[in-house]
Amino acid sequence: MNKTWNNKAWFMILPAMLMVMISAVIPLMTVVNYSVQDTFGNNEFFWNGTEWFREVLESDRFWGALVRNFAFSFTILLIEIPLGVFIALHMPRKGIGVSFCLVLMALPLLIPWNVVGTIFQLLCRTDIGLVGYAIASLGIPYSYAADPKDAWITVVVMDVWHWSSLVVLLAYAGLVSIPDAYYQAARIDGASRWSVFRYIQLPKMKRVLIIAFLLRFMDSFMIYTEPFVVTGGGPGTSTTFLSIDLVKRAIGQFDLGPAAAMSIIYFLIILLVSWVFYTVMTSNDETA
Amino acid sequence: MSTDTATTPAVAKPADTPHVSLAHTDEKRNWSSIIILTVYIIFLMVPIYWLIVTSLKDNLEIMTNFSIVPNEWTLKNYRNIFTDESWYSGYINSALYVVMNTVISIVLALPAAYAFSRYRFLGDKHAFFWFFTNRMSPPAVFALPFFQLYSAFGLIDTHIAVALAHCLFNLPLAIWILEGFISGVPKEIDETAYIDGYSFPKFFVKIFVPMIASGIGVTAFFCFMFSWVELLLARTLTTTAAKPIVATMTRTVSSTGVDWGLLAAAGTLTIIPGALVIWFVRNYIAKGFALGRV
Amino acid sequence: MARINLDHIRHAYGIRPTAPQDYALREVHHEWADGGAYALLGPSGCGKTTLLNIISGLVRPSEGHILFDGQDVTHLPTEARNIAQVFQFPVVYDTMTVYDNLAFPLRNRGVPEDLVATRVKNILEMLELSDRADKKARGLTADQKQKISLGRGLVRSDVNAILFDEPLTVIDPHLKWVLRSQLKSLHRHSRFTMVYVTHDQTEALTFADKVVVMYEGQIVQIGTPEELFEKPKHTFVGYFIGSPGMNVFPIALEGRKARLGDAAIDLGFAPKVAAGQKTELGIRPEFMEIGKKGLPVSIRKVEDIGRQKIVRGDVAGQAVSIVMKEGAEIPSEPRVSFQGKGINIYADSWRVGQEA
Repeated sequence: MNKTWNNKAWFMILPAMLMVMISAVIPLMTVVNYSVQDTFGNNEFFWNGTEWFREVLESDRFWGALVRNFAFSFTILLIEIPLGVFIALHMPRKGIGVSFCLVLMALPLLIPWNVVGTIFQLLCRTDIGLVGYAIASLGIPYSYAADPKDAWITVVVMDVWHWSSLVVLLAYAGLVSIPDAYYQAARIDGASRWSVFRYIQLPKMKRVLIIAFLLRFMDSFMIYTEPFVVTGGGPGTSTTFLSIDLVKRAIGQFDLGPAAAMSIIYFLIILLVSWVFYTVMTSNDETA
Repeated sequence: MSTDTATTPAVAKPADTPHVSLAHTDEKRNWSSIIILTVYIIFLMVPIYWLIVTSLKDNLEIMTNFSIVPNEWTLKNYRNIFTDESWYSGYINSALYVVMNTVISIVLALPAAYAFSRYRFLGDKHAFFWFFTNRMSPPAVFALPFFQLYSAFGLIDTHIAVALAHCLFNLPLAIWILEGFISGVPKEIDETAYIDGYSFPKFFVKIFVPMIASGIGVTAFFCFMFSWVELLLARTLTTTAAKPIVATMTRTVSSTGVDWGLLAAAGTLTIIPGALVIWFVRNYIAKGFALGRV
Repeated sequence: MARINLDHIRHAYGIRPTAPQDYALREVHHEWADGGAYALLGPSGCGKTTLLNIISGLVRPSEGHILFDGQDVTHLPTEARNIAQVFQFPVVYDTMTVYDNLAFPLRNRGVPEDLVATRVKNILEMLELSDRADKKARGLTADQKQKISLGRGLVRSDVNAILFDEPLTVIDPHLKWVLRSQLKSLHRHSRFTMVYVTHDQTEALTFADKVVVMYEGQIVQIGTPEELFEKPKHTFVGYFIGSPGMNVFPIALEGRKARLGDAAIDLGFAPKVAAGQKTELGIRPEFMEIGKKGLPVSIRKVEDIGRQKIVRGDVAGQAVSIVMKEGAEIPSEPRVSFQGKGINIYADSWRVGQEA
């Protein structure tokens, strides 16, 4: 679509912009303010320069949480994207089955995040949980509260359960937009199942998959509630992701300075990664 | 020649769907698809099943007697929720701020999305990306500053505080989705309306909004979804009067030991609004994803 | 390259057809010659796409068989029939280069790469796309994409027939003409059997050796453009082909004479018509002459379309169109006469030949 040049369009954006200013920019300024000050209580603050940033960046605690969070995001992307695409490929293209599948699959997406945590607690406890009990009765030692490995598996499975359907829905939307003629042409050309996927379905899903990738990366990188409810970040610090650590510092320990410095670093990391994807995404749109 | 020569061609051909003929090679694929989908859906449903089953058990049975189906069905947990104000008001509080947030997000996002879709202007791409960055900001970063900001304005523990806070991620998302839908409406429609003598606001409300109604529906769905499921900000900004159900649940866990049956019942009840919303928009979900740029 | 036999084919989309009108395709029984260029012409809903899908194998006919070179392929799926198809909207593999698009059907069939290279180069030249061989297919224009869809069929040596499903729908008008004549010359070059579905008579008449006119689920005539023009087998063909279409008058037959209003026209032969059949006389506007002889005509208007004029008027209470040669004048009391060679007699809409 060719757009007309019109700077008055800013006025249409202004209300939304002011709203976001209030709900994002002002709080962000507060964060910046805290990150460069220190306090001994009594609301007396004094300039502390980049001290908090140095402290955060030199702490193992921060790097541990960062590495864990990257590992977590990487793992769930590696599972959820292929799984979502795989399921979408097996969805019926029309008929009553479609609504049925969509409704059931979308269900986990609309469950409050702490309830998701509660559900998995209920499911995985070895005393009262269906899965936990089943595993324990097979004689396999399992405890998400005591064993870091089990905690990780539980948190990853929980995220896969919670979010894979989002990838399914997105990939499915990409798939249904492919006209039948493409499949017919592929059959005429003698294309294999793999070729159909590689040269027809995958290119048509590309845009929605980039979106799925971005959304899943951002949200998994900010994950807080679900692991917090299930493991509380433990055992030890094994499932303490960045958000959990941040809330612990800010609200639990009231270390405002380091928490604020960490917030800013955290935010910048997400901004950087997302900006890279956004650029890739829009540059693709232009050549298409 | 294939073995199916013997089958009568007239059967197995449902009315005029052009690609049913694909069926003759894909019969096997159909069956494997059904199995794969079934396994996936079972995987999704088992945890929900367990939640519901637990909610229908007595606490004594939950703790002492492991059973896949309740030995003794009880609605006691649900009765507790519906008779205790601190529980059921949680649902009302949640519903209130979710609706407020959805309305605010859509009303503010519509003109912005229209501008991004129709016009080029100074810094448009940067502005779009700036909105987008707010969808990326971790709520954890904002929890404390929000608390202080809203305290300063005396908004703590009000519904509007949570509704406004949730605009942080819902407003950018709404702009993003609506922009996709609006770009799908030909520009000629706008021009025709101006020629017909409509003023811009009248055109926008009377003609344009109805045209993208399904897009607005999809957007509302997503706003509802992300506001309904969020805990961190909702919990931080409320204490009693506007405390949402999700927060009520966490506080019960920490204070009274764990009443698993009650918790499961409360959890089950939080799934119902979501399920209803999906049911109403089921026909738009796939279409919305395809047309919009979600 | 193959001869195509359509052996008593009928098709209904419903499960249990009873009446003839339940069939999307009523009885079709024909042989199409190897290397022929056929156009399936008819209004939408006439069954031409159904017939094309039966040939391509996307639809299995309810009754009857389809044979390629004498071999029954009715139950073979599309991919086993060795046909190629160009669709209404261009289908190209966006992420591949033009070269890879054309090589795709060959590579899928395990053709060695050096042979692929020679064949693809050949086709690229034929389609005048050589300079774009290494470009991604997504950047091409609609007509170039359609050429690639066609090229994916041409490149194969095992193709029985190339099918076209209204391939010029999305092409700009000025390129339609170019593409059509390229197609014609490609056919002359390659001698593939080609079947071309369209509702546009110009496309059909310029492309095909034989035009297959379809109407309400049946083939009403197969013939060369001249045959369709001069001897339409069915009044529908008369209406549908030619611009303006054939004039049709209800008549009463009296041996060698046709009575039209109160005039009698000498036919020069006695058509054999069963009692009770509706009889009509068809004559193309080009075979009518305005002068001082014949039936009186009242003229409503004259359309000047350049090299000729089209006269709209009434003859014996019936609206007619008449083509007037350049320079001809309309007399003050105009009458119209029919040229004998342009007269066709129809009984229940089907032509009754002089020969019969």
